[in-house]
Amino acid sequence: MAEILVKNGYVIDPAQKIDGDVADVAIRDDKIVESVSSGARVIDARGKVVMAGALDVHAHVAGPKVNVGRLFRPEDKLFKSPEAQPNYRVEMGFSVPSTFKTGYDYARMGYAFVMEAAMPPLHSPHVHEEIHDTPIIDQAALPVFANNWFVLEYLKKGEIENSAAYVAWLIRATKGYGIKLVNPGGTEAWGWGLNCLKLDDPVPFFDVTPAEIITGLMKTNEYLGLPHSIHIHQNSLGDPGNYTVTLDSLKLAKGMKAKNKFGRTQVMHSTHLQFHSYGGDSWANFESKAKDVMNYVNQQKNITIDLGCVTLDETTTMTADGPFEHHLNALNHLKWANTDVELETAAGVVPYIYDKDIKVCGIQWAIGLELGLFTKDCMRTFITTDHPNAGPFFRYPRVIKWLMSQKAREATLETFKHRDKVIDATEIHGIDRELTLYEIAQMTRAGPAKALGLAGMYGSLAPGMDANVAVFNLDYKKMPSNPEKIEQAFQRALWFIKSGEIVVKDGEITSHGNKRTLWVNAKVKENPQVVRDIHEKFIKDYTVNLDNYPVRDYLAPNPFVIDVDVEA
Amino acid sequence: MPKIVTDVGCPYCGASCDDLEILVSDDGKKILEVYNACAIGNEVFHHASSPDRLKRPRLRQPDGTYQEISYDEAVDYTAKVLLKAKKPLIYGFGSTNCEAMSAVGRVAEKSGAVLDNCASICHGPSFLAIFDNGYPSCTLGEVKNRADVVVFWGCNPMHAHPRHTSRYSIFPRGFFTEKGQRQRKMISIDPRETETAKLADIHLMVQQGHDYELFDAFRTVLRGHDIPDEVAGIRKEAILEAAGIMKNARFGMIFFGMGCTHTDGRNHNVDIAISLTRDLNTVAKYSIMAMRGHYNIAGPGQVWSWQFGFPYCIDLTKGTHAHMNPGETSSIDLAMRDEVDAFINIGTDAGAHFPIDAVKHLRKHPFITIDPNICMASEISDLHIPVAVVGVEEAGVVYRMDNVPIQFKKVVDPPEGVISDEQLFDRVYLRICELTETEPTWIPAKGHAKAPVTAGQ
Repeated sequence: MAEILVKNGYVIDPAQKIDGDVADVAIRDDKIVESVSSGARVIDARGKVVMAGALDVHAHVAGPKVNVGRLFRPEDKLFKSPEAQPNYRVEMGFSVPSTFKTGYDYARMGYAFVMEAAMPPLHSPHVHEEIHDTPIIDQAALPVFANNWFVLEYLKKGEIENSAAYVAWLIRATKGYGIKLVNPGGTEAWGWGLNCLKLDDPVPFFDVTPAEIITGLMKTNEYLGLPHSIHIHQNSLGDPGNYTVTLDSLKLAKGMKAKNKFGRTQVMHSTHLQFHSYGGDSWANFESKAKDVMNYVNQQKNITIDLGCVTLDETTTMTADGPFEHHLNALNHLKWANTDVELETAAGVVPYIYDKDIKVCGIQWAIGLELGLFTKDCMRTFITTDHPNAGPFFRYPRVIKWLMSQKAREATLETFKHRDKVIDATEIHGIDRELTLYEIAQMTRAGPAKALGLAGMYGSLAPGMDANVAVFNLDYKKMPSNPEKIEQAFQRALWFIKSGEIVVKDGEITSHGNKRTLWVNAKVKENPQVVRDIHEKFIKDYTVNLDNYPVRDYLAPNPFVIDVDVEA
Repeated sequence: MPKIVTDVGCPYCGASCDDLEILVSDDGKKILEVYNACAIGNEVFHHASSPDRLKRPRLRQPDGTYQEISYDEAVDYTAKVLLKAKKPLIYGFGSTNCEAMSAVGRVAEKSGAVLDNCASICHGPSFLAIFDNGYPSCTLGEVKNRADVVVFWGCNPMHAHPRHTSRYSIFPRGFFTEKGQRQRKMISIDPRETETAKLADIHLMVQQGHDYELFDAFRTVLRGHDIPDEVAGIRKEAILEAAGIMKNARFGMIFFGMGCTHTDGRNHNVDIAISLTRDLNTVAKYSIMAMRGHYNIAGPGQVWSWQFGFPYCIDLTKGTHAHMNPGETSSIDLAMRDEVDAFINIGTDAGAHFPIDAVKHLRKHPFITIDPNICMASEISDLHIPVAVVGVEEAGVVYRMDNVPIQFKKVVDPPEGVISDEQLFDRVYLRICELTETEPTWIPAKGHAKAPVTAGQ
């Protein structure tokens, strides 16, 4: 029995409404408890901030397109990889780090859980192979559904029950976590080099619209009562003027109620909203519509979002939105990788440089932060960079710095070549809001834990929770006047205890920890039509046999399975 | 009663078929019949049941003969060779599973070795082109369900990937291709009249070594410019006709092989093939795919990219970084410069595939072969360690030529006492830790029953 006492820190735990009280956090084995014996190992956190382990609701960290990004960008390694810690694995890569570096860097920032945001079902064994080579952090993965032929056919006919039976089967087969939508219908259209840019653009051949797919999968999700809501990357990503499409798709959630046993209250998670909050009708008059979008999000309690902040780095964009990557490649003319996946989805990968001296990049940077600053509910607004699309995940501390400090924002704005044009096209310059540590903890801990249906395990320091505790070098009573200190503190935790084990001390990895893979086992009653459809499609259309398709158990060796019983 | 094992993966070519059915003897030990496989795949399975299979490692004696030793002794020998060498090279991996590729990553890092795979002498030039120009590709099912124009450039699947055309690319009836072959136009570009060329609607007999010019002519024509009356030995009219077919595709596919990567131009041929694919995507939907040779030669490119960020030619001798620089850290170049002072050949046959001068240099130093079978490399080795045949006696993940992971099954047990590649590398790793008096670091998620977890170290 291992006991640890994190003593006298400034505890910030929004789930318990604790904001900076000096208190102790007691750990026995892998759980937080009320108290421990006098023999417990004591960690002195006096004068430091103590938070629960953080959760990343959306990052591309494992799987085929992530690995294409690694494979085809040797330049992402050259002079950009730190030295390995003695006795730990090498840490290669910048924007698309190796699995080892991914696990280590998240742990160094005090992250306990990371959601792989898009798993192509056919490639799910690959996703799990990478997850099991990623140390320390707990992970889950969202299979993509919005261009899947089964789903398109069921939803065209409005067959929610069949859709639900299929979705439950696929989540089980891929050891996935929930329902991801990427460019609904548009990625299937990309099979013919086309796209669906508006919500009523019918998908070629399948003759179903993006709006029908979104609504249908939302109903499917609530029919099943999954821990997470649908998680959507909307149509028309990255296009000037796309905020109207964004608002139209957010409005599809109107009147929908969350039905689940996991404490989740939203029915739609709208991801990397920065890429979807654009005004103007060309790159010339491109402007921020963050305020319009957030005005709507603030009113609608059944929607959660994450930011997708641009960090002004050279990075690697990757998405199941195949047509978008082709479009992006036509803009920057760098190398382009694409993988269309039979019956299911596609993916594109293009390197991208968010240059502070390009006006559009500056505006994108502002939009991401504006979303976070315009929010009225930090429990429904989460910090992400859509890693690595708008920037690498290890820039979260920098995003936190910008959100917490107007001085830091202004300092960055000052470095822009087109500062005045960026100011004209955005509202960032006039915003004096500075988020508090409590709000940051909502956006990285309590909020995402609730939205993922995991508030009973993660995101809080209450007794009974998983023992994920981070100690940061920040004095709650005397926050540094230099915002750089905020970034430094969140970059390298003083201590990080993951599942009751000390995995980071002074920003260095000290153990490979106890990593787990979370997946959802949704049990629906057998549906003979869906069973027949699955068999038929595998015989006729797939090139892999059905028997070899589901991820074998040994590939997810430390599973945490969440059972969902669907009453029908 | 003999029993049938279904949905078995085939450990031969990059088509990685997973629909084989194997008739196994009553006692589950012998393979009696193989259904659905091509002639070569068929032989792989029958060979596994051969009575001549080696069951124990063999160590070369001073008199030149081989003598059987135990696996423990072989593990100890290998660990010591790796530790003693300044720049050991571990090469091969076309014919093993990803579990072994992951396990060897740990060994190579710990011992400071160079890790390389058969792409180094095969589709390495394709990697160079992909680094520069990207890779617009798709899974083979997209070809089956959508493709109406299929180009085979410098490859001959009828011989090298015998079931490719029937399972994926030409004959199958897919969702949008109900008429199968009748709905597809097939173009073969090859200096030889191969069986694939004979099957094609159009065969352009490109002048050997002039592929780049022909690619360039296609790009020129597609962009609306004129070309000379003859390019690369092909008449202008024939080029225009083929370009017209390519342009009018709904979904076009370009497969390329060694005929591009190992003729004049090499990576430049692949580079311009990718550029042609990009051009074609402005008028139709197009994808391109390397015809990878072995059933899991795409595997090391995947596993090592997620572990080290590079698909091949990975120099781990620095200890703190992985370093890739083909030409400097590629197997043949290292061997030709005599920079390698220990060599492990695994899941391939460097003895048969490397230039003789490279082999002669390698042979001056400890030379170990890890392979189920006797091959040219095993016959010149100091130590030959037989292992279970992946896909027959050992399950595991393999990556098909389109990078789709296929979970191969185990059909029969290996000969008694014979271990897998993965087990072998894990034992070598543990032995290295013992010899260096260091703690083994496992990624716990690996979750081997045999892997101790470093919890609370």
